[in-house]
Amino acid sequence: MAQIFRPSANLLAKSSIVGGAILVAALGFGLDTLFRSPYNTNVRVARDQPVPFSHKHHVAGIGIDCRYCHTSVEKAAFAGIPPTETCMSCHSQIWSDAPMLEPVRESFRSGKPLQWTRVHDLPQFVYFNHSIHVTKGMGCAVCHGRVDQMPLMYQENTLFMEWCLDCHRQPEKYIRPKDKVFEMGYKPAEDQSVLGARLVQEYKVRKLTDCAVCHR
Amino acid sequence: MRNKALLLIPAVAALTACRQDMHDQPKFKGLQVSGLWTNGQAVRPLVEGTIARGRLRQDPHKFAGKTGDVFAATLPAGYKADKAFLLHGQRRYNIYCTPCHGMAGYGDGMVVSRGFKAPPSYHIDRLRNQPVGYFFDVMTNGYGVMVSYASRIPVDDRWAIAAYIRALQLSQNATLADVSEADRAKMAGGRN
Ligand code: HEC
Ligand code: HEC
Ligand code: HEC
Ligand code: HEC
Ligand code: HEC
Ligand code: HEC
Repeated sequence: MAQIFRPSANLLAKSSIVGGAILVAALGFGLDTLFRSPYNTNVRVARDQPVPFSHKHHVAGIGIDCRYCHTSVEKAAFAGIPPTETCMSCHSQIWSDAPMLEPVRESFRSGKPLQWTRVHDLPQFVYFNHSIHVTKGMGCAVCHGRVDQMPLMYQENTLFMEWCLDCHRQPEKYIRPKDKVFEMGYKPAEDQSVLGARLVQEYKVRKLTDCAVCHR
Repeated sequence: MRNKALLLIPAVAALTACRQDMHDQPKFKGLQVSGLWTNGQAVRPLVEGTIARGRLRQDPHKFAGKTGDVFAATLPAGYKADKAFLLHGQRRYNIYCTPCHGMAGYGDGMVVSRGFKAPPSYHIDRLRNQPVGYFFDVMTNGYGVMVSYASRIPVDDRWAIAAYIRALQLSQNATLADVSEADRAKMAGGRN
């Protein structure tokens, strides 16, 4: 009977063991990269909206406070998306003929709400609450980035569980004084390691890492 | 036989991994879309006239800013114009009113500089002589081209803002005689 395997097959067999391991690792790495890429997470991908509403113009340009529109952010789990009436408190008078704003006026006339495209969307098995984060000194910009520089809204962070936990394990790295929560270009006045430790004490911030905090 | 059954486990796991049932559960949350109602909203408005327990708006002084037929000149019972209350009013005023009325109430806010009708200054005689209940009423029901802020600002905060506007008016028309002895000494010293 003729030899099926030549002696060189030994080398092939050996290298295929290593090669296989490398292939598996590369596949894992590739999948992980894909999982963390904007393709999956939508990080920094601006979304089209029915009206090209610009936070850059309204927040940085005119200096409107977040709470003028997101009224419930300090009191409720839900930050609140402004109803058409809020837009109309200014746009009944200014830019009142702009075609860009026609959907807003149409919605005001018909009473049918505008349908904004959701940008941040946690899975529904996760519980999130704005009010606790805001009252314990977590700034909007920590989670949402420089909203005042976004012509169209996009997501700054992945919203992965590891992202939530990174802060829940060490809130002192991100905490800021309560009156600076809504400030966009905030820079700590003193070293964050000193300030953070003090504020965590002062606001009695707990380190919440139990599963049931977020999965309830 | 048993071994083959074991193979099924990763196969089933691979199949289920892509399902999003728990991500998007068959329930509605606030502001979601539903085709069931004509305005497209899943959330239903309250039936007209619904009053939650303990929310009966009986007191016209507190909820309409009126005593009898005239605007109230005082804060309703339960509010005290102390420093904390005024500071709260200041923070709320800065959020909701400064875009048009400006930080000091002269009607020179950012939105006005972009072409919005200029509101009157709070420091004209007509408004300085209005009772505090009047400002509550303007916020609650709107005035001219200014829309109502009742849905955005809760009653307590509206009273805090009204009190703060009064403080603003006093601040812009203060004389040296309004300053206490101690503070006057500080001013003379050029310190703050
Ligand atoms: C003039 C009103 C207005 C102001 C002021 C405003 N927003 Fe918004 N915001 C909106 C509207 C309308 C949307 C929905 C459309 C969109 O996503 O762009 C929105 C969307 C958002 C979203 C995304 C919501 C989603 O779909 O996930 C975030 C986050 C946000 N705003 C944060 C802020 C922060 C932080 C500030 C203050 C710095 C602020 N906004 C000030 C009107 C406003
Ligand atoms: C406090 C007043 C105010 C409110 C409330 C407001 N806007 Fe504006 N908006 C302005 C002003 C002022 C401009 C002109 C911007 C400029 O001159 O830089 C503007 C401009 C715009 C433009 C034109 C493009 C641009 O960004 O310059 C759009 C679109 C717009 N607004 C949409 C909205 C929508 C949608 C809402 C409701 C969520 C809203 N605005 C609420 C004051 C307001
Ligand atoms: C700890 C992180 C964090 C902070 C701080 C934070 N947000 Fe959010 N925000 C989120 C997450 C996560 C979501 C998505 C919630 C969901 O999908 O249910 C969200 C959603 C939103 C939305 C969409 C509506 C909603 O509630 O789902 C708006 C508007 C918003 N945030 C505004 C703000 C403003 C304004 C501030 C500052 C006062 C702020 N956020 C602070 C994490 C944060
Ligand atoms: C930048 C820091 C930070 C990030 C990011 C963050 N959190 Fe928090 N979270 C906090 C702090 C601080 C508290 C308050 C702890 C306390 O009560 O002392 C908190 C509290 C909570 C609570 C408790 C609310 C309650 O009523 O008991 C929940 C739920 C929660 N976070 C969910 C989340 C989720 C979900 C995410 C990710 C999408 C997230 N958080 C991201 C800082 C953060
Ligand atoms: C601070 C909030 C927080 C805590 C605490 C937390 N989780 Fe999560 N968890 C999340 C968020 C947010 C997601 C969604 C991540 C995403 O969308 O990729 C998630 C997703 C998951 C998933 C993945 C589900 C899927 O379909 O991918 C599992 C499983 C999970 N969590 C289990 C746990 C367990 C077990 C614990 C306790 C050890 C825990 N979580 C604690 C916030 C939290
Ligand atoms: C979008 C711009 C805008 C905002 C925001 C706004 N106002 Fe006004 N306000 C006006 C304009 C314009 C007038 C003049 C209305 C007219 O004469 O048609 C006015 C008038 C008034 C008056 C005077 C009424 C009179 O008798 O002349 C008071 C008091 C007042 N506003 C209080 C407030 C308070 C308090 C807030 C904050 C909760 C506020 N406004 C927010 C635009 C605004």
